[in-house]
Amino acid sequence: MTATTPSGTATGAPARTGQPSMRQRLAERGIDRVLLLLLPGVVFLLLLFIYPFLYGLQLSFAPLKGGLLSNYETFFSDPYLRDTILITLGLGVPAALLNVLVSVPIAYRMRGAYRGKRTLTTLLVVPITLGTVLTAEGLILYLGPSGWVNKLLLDFHLVQEPVSLVHNYWGVFFSLVITGFPFAFLLVLSYLSGIDPNLEKAAAIMGAGWRQRFRYITLPLLAPGLAITFCLSFVLAFSVFPSANLVGDPAGSTHVISIAAFHAAFEQFDYPMGSAIAMIMGAVMLGVIAIVLGWRGTLYRGATGGKG
Amino acid sequence: MQEQRFSELRLDSVSRSFGEQAALRELSLTVQAGEFIALLGPSGCGKTTALNCIAGLLPLTGGSIWLDGRRVDDVPPEQRGFGMVFQNYALFPHMTVRDNVAFGLRMRKVSGAEIRRRVDEVMQLVRLEEHAKKLPPQLSGGQQQRVAIARAIVYEPPLVLMDEPLSNLDAQLRLTMRTEIRRLHQALHLTTIYVTHDQEEALSMADRLVVLREGVVQQVGTPEVLYANPTNRYVAGFMGYRNILEFDVAEASDGHAVLQGKGVQLTGRTFEPVEGRAVAALRPDDIAVGDQGSNLIEVTAEVVEYHGRELLVDARLPGGEQLFFRTEQRVAPGDRVTLTVPEERVLIYPADAPRAPVEVVA
Repeated sequence: MTATTPSGTATGAPARTGQPSMRQRLAERGIDRVLLLLLPGVVFLLLLFIYPFLYGLQLSFAPLKGGLLSNYETFFSDPYLRDTILITLGLGVPAALLNVLVSVPIAYRMRGAYRGKRTLTTLLVVPITLGTVLTAEGLILYLGPSGWVNKLLLDFHLVQEPVSLVHNYWGVFFSLVITGFPFAFLLVLSYLSGIDPNLEKAAAIMGAGWRQRFRYITLPLLAPGLAITFCLSFVLAFSVFPSANLVGDPAGSTHVISIAAFHAAFEQFDYPMGSAIAMIMGAVMLGVIAIVLGWRGTLYRGATGGKG
Repeated sequence: MQEQRFSELRLDSVSRSFGEQAALRELSLTVQAGEFIALLGPSGCGKTTALNCIAGLLPLTGGSIWLDGRRVDDVPPEQRGFGMVFQNYALFPHMTVRDNVAFGLRMRKVSGAEIRRRVDEVMQLVRLEEHAKKLPPQLSGGQQQRVAIARAIVYEPPLVLMDEPLSNLDAQLRLTMRTEIRRLHQALHLTTIYVTHDQEEALSMADRLVVLREGVVQQVGTPEVLYANPTNRYVAGFMGYRNILEFDVAEASDGHAVLQGKGVQLTGRTFEPVEGRAVAALRPDDIAVGDQGSNLIEVTAEVVEYHGRELLVDARLPGGEQLFFRTEQRVAPGDRVTLTVPEERVLIYPADAPRAPVEVVA
């Protein structure tokens, strides 16, 4: 900045006089030279994700026997396979919805500063570190036919026979909630702390009680964030695999789509069929996300005035 | 719903501490309906804390707040019915200007037609009609400011609180809005408590000023009283007494003292007994060039700033101390000048500024 060359140019760069530097000329066109450093990463991404995706896509149209679309025809004509879509949606959508809806009031309550906030947040987030297998073990121990819950229910004569809470739909559902909640909670909390706390104060002074403040100020500003949180939670839940096997009923009520794909590819060694199922799985996920983001597009998405 | 009118708001030893830190100590103040009160002080003096306590955004740690006979310090903000303009405006970014302004009325369950009428009226008052359908981020700073004011007065609150509402505006706009706020205050018979760190703003707008320092009230009074008779050197400094010079006390009698040192002898007024060391507070405008009379000061001009009709001169006493004065005469850097100050314009305070508030009858 303070360099004084004989010609009097202020910058240290040996720029040709009268010519703006390369960086400036690129910047004029909206190109940030530093971003070019992303190039290797982008290439890596293409190789790692896009190529296998395209490979799988073409594989799904090259079935072991039959015509171009016969894998897809098989999938949609066999109820056992076809129903995996509904079974997986039936698990993923309610679990994601519950995770988001439960996160909102808890995060709302916890948005301010108070003693012990960090401890409480840590406790709520711990399940994310447990992993599905540990969670499944815990669920079996806790909710199984001879688990604590059933013992308690029987001892208090609330039920005559043990309630089945694992190795069926509910086992998988609980597992999805336990592992998915911390994730949704953290996201919602960060979206909430991005909203200027003065907005709620202003609303309060103008006569809005806490319900109205939440309804008219916080919720509308939070809604786009909730849409994103739901999408991510849903994607996590929709690709459920281990818990559907461990605490579910993998051949029946929790025969989810990823199990079907695994079964085709690695037990029947029908790679093209496995690829086709994976493609269908991707399409369903994209469909749900498209619906949610379409709704999000109708919301206010500008600045929320906060620090985040 | 018409807001409940009141005849006085009384703060009784209102205190607020954050842990060990006392942000506001025993603020007692009675505000008459219709008054415009300015809380004045530098950042960290407790003025915003005081405002938040009155608004109900901050619970008190001591004292009480009364609206006539009704105690309100335990009433939640939404039930106090006050209006407030925030420093960053805090406009709802997802609502149109119109909806922002209508919010307070909606919360009061006012009928649709009545809301339309009153919002139209206020929008006209703050000259925002053509921006009604915009979102706040699309407005300029001055316009957002006016939305914030409109939003706070549309439901005719008995008390309007303003937290440095002009600090984010440029100098030109600040002057315009100053007049605007004062105009609204008079036209709508509002009672306003206005927080600012700008003494000029406070002097020009308020009926009474409350000067705060480190959470303690220093002086309460009309602009005239504070301007002419600041009660301690701190208030004096805030009221534009830019020269605060320390001397030995040569002679002190009731209400008067003579100070000596630095080759200067100054006679001035005192507000409390002084002895030993004392400071003299002088406003640059009260100092004149000329060697008639008493209270003569010899200085050498060092920096001369051109201020249009007059010059602001940064001069040095023989001892090297800085002295600012204003003059319409031509003065050049390096000139030796003899100055004179009327005795009643020299304010003398004890050298150690008192922390405790001094009782002054306005």
